[in-house]
Amino acid sequence: MESRTSSIVSGSFGLGVYTLWKREVVRFLRQKNRVVGALGTPLVFWFLIGSGVGSSFRTGGTSSGDYFSYFFPGMLLLVVLFTAIFSTISLIEDRREGFLQAVLVAPVPRSAVVAAKLLGGMTLSVLQCLLIYLLALPLGLHFSLGSFALVVATLCLLGLALTGIGYLLAWPLDSVQGYHALMNLLLMPLWLLSGALFPPDGSVGWMRAIIHANPLYYGLELLRAALWPGRSSASLWLFGAITLLFTAAVGLAAVVITDRVRVKHP
Amino acid sequence: MQATTVAKESALSVNGLSYAYGNRAVLDRVSFQVEKGDLIGILGPNGSGKTTLFRLLSTLYAAPSGMITLAGYVYPAQAAAARRRMGIVFQSPSLDKKLTVAENVFHQGHLYGLRGNELRKRVEDLLRLFGMEERAGDLVETLSGGQQRRVEIAKALLHEPELLLLDEPSTGIDPVARRDFWRHLFALKEQKGLTILVTTHLLDEAERCDRLLILDRGKRVAWETPSRLRALIPGSVLSIRSPKLSEIEGELKQLWAGRLIRRVDGMLRIEPRSEESVEDAMRDAASLLQRFGAEVTALTVSQPSLEDVFLHLTGHHFESQNTESNGISDQ
Repeated sequence: MESRTSSIVSGSFGLGVYTLWKREVVRFLRQKNRVVGALGTPLVFWFLIGSGVGSSFRTGGTSSGDYFSYFFPGMLLLVVLFTAIFSTISLIEDRREGFLQAVLVAPVPRSAVVAAKLLGGMTLSVLQCLLIYLLALPLGLHFSLGSFALVVATLCLLGLALTGIGYLLAWPLDSVQGYHALMNLLLMPLWLLSGALFPPDGSVGWMRAIIHANPLYYGLELLRAALWPGRSSASLWLFGAITLLFTAAVGLAAVVITDRVRVKHP
Repeated sequence: MQATTVAKESALSVNGLSYAYGNRAVLDRVSFQVEKGDLIGILGPNGSGKTTLFRLLSTLYAAPSGMITLAGYVYPAQAAAARRRMGIVFQSPSLDKKLTVAENVFHQGHLYGLRGNELRKRVEDLLRLFGMEERAGDLVETLSGGQQRRVEIAKALLHEPELLLLDEPSTGIDPVARRDFWRHLFALKEQKGLTILVTTHLLDEAERCDRLLILDRGKRVAWETPSRLRALIPGSVLSIRSPKLSEIEGELKQLWAGRLIRRVDGMLRIEPRSEESVEDAMRDAASLLQRFGAEVTALTVSQPSLEDVFLHLTGHHFESQNTESNGISDQ
């Protein structure tokens, strides 16, 4: 009911998205520990898993250096995931503190609230990934304008999709603890079983099926195809289409949940 | 636009509004009409339904059965138009503490479709009006509670609303800030003809309103001016302070059987009998002093307060509802 009426205000959609998006970015940059945590964690993971654990996985013809490279796209995905988690946890805090109430009674459509959140998460994750990308370039990453464009485009979609998933989890919740439980139950396995740590082709059948059913797998393969052409079997158009559709579906679901699910404010 | 002109005379109107959380009814057919430029108080103890009513009026909850018009617009059908004309200050702070005062206010302006020089000028004017222009560049987390409240209200006035809703505005601010706040509120009402609706559980705040809506357990028990409400109880209230309160209480209950005598805040309160004159009260006071003079430390003869009115209207104490809602009923 309310959703239809609030979308009458079309003029303030753009301005509303802009101001909410800007707040997300400014808040992030002002909290130094968030910046350090968001950038540091994946680097530590990359180092530990990529070089440390990687050598114990060495099978067949692959060397530990190869695993280091294999793990790189998965690590970018992890950066996106962490950023998405942090920017959607703030939704719960905003609700508890009262910031969200004031936004919800303003004449901006609910879809602007969703769009700003998703774009904010996307912006932050793409920026961090690009920073790590720059650091990793001298280590022998493939570079061409085409591959760079594909990396950025894929990261944008993954940023929107993962922030969208975080949004779907966070919107109905009124406690950060509840979110942590869901995060461990859903988000981390989603990453672990995306092909980030090990390729599906070497796994047992059911594991391979799970990975292929994970929408993140397709985005991850796009990254891999861009960074190591020839190492990925991805069909760019098909995988791109799957990732795009998935992102659109998550975004739509986030708009619907914001309209339909009314959460009690403190 | 045709639908909007119908209800234009009143700043806010509520008709037969009911609301329930699951099976628990919190509002039961509440109706009232607010005239433009009035300061309205919604008074009720915890659990009376006033917070739910506030959330419905602020367009946070979808309106269920019953009809609401806000600033002349039907809610929820014309929610967007209504929202543009309303300023809302919730009980919990809506400022982002990691942003500066100015950033917060600009953000609000953008949410209400304001931008550019127009917005900049309004922000400057409002921060000056509320004495916050020096703090514009400071992070909100560095402000005192009273200053944050001021920014909250400045923010709510940015788009020049016709209707201002404030939920328990004095919560968490010191007495000086509270006095300041109410001075600002009266000034706004006088200068801009703003219609203001305030929820409160503080009876002294309620006294300042033009009209009061008293809620009890989801029902409207009164919709009147504070003075007319007080007039419901003619006569004066006698209060006694004494170290031997129990003895006096026991004796008085025999002496004046049939009158309402109870303990409130360590004092013995004797409610007026019906059709009582000032002389009656004086005579009662004199006889009290004669009889218990040695034991009485203080004897007050006072006008009935809204507290007394509430008791009169609902048959129970204003604050006792608080304990009831915690599950410790004392009745």
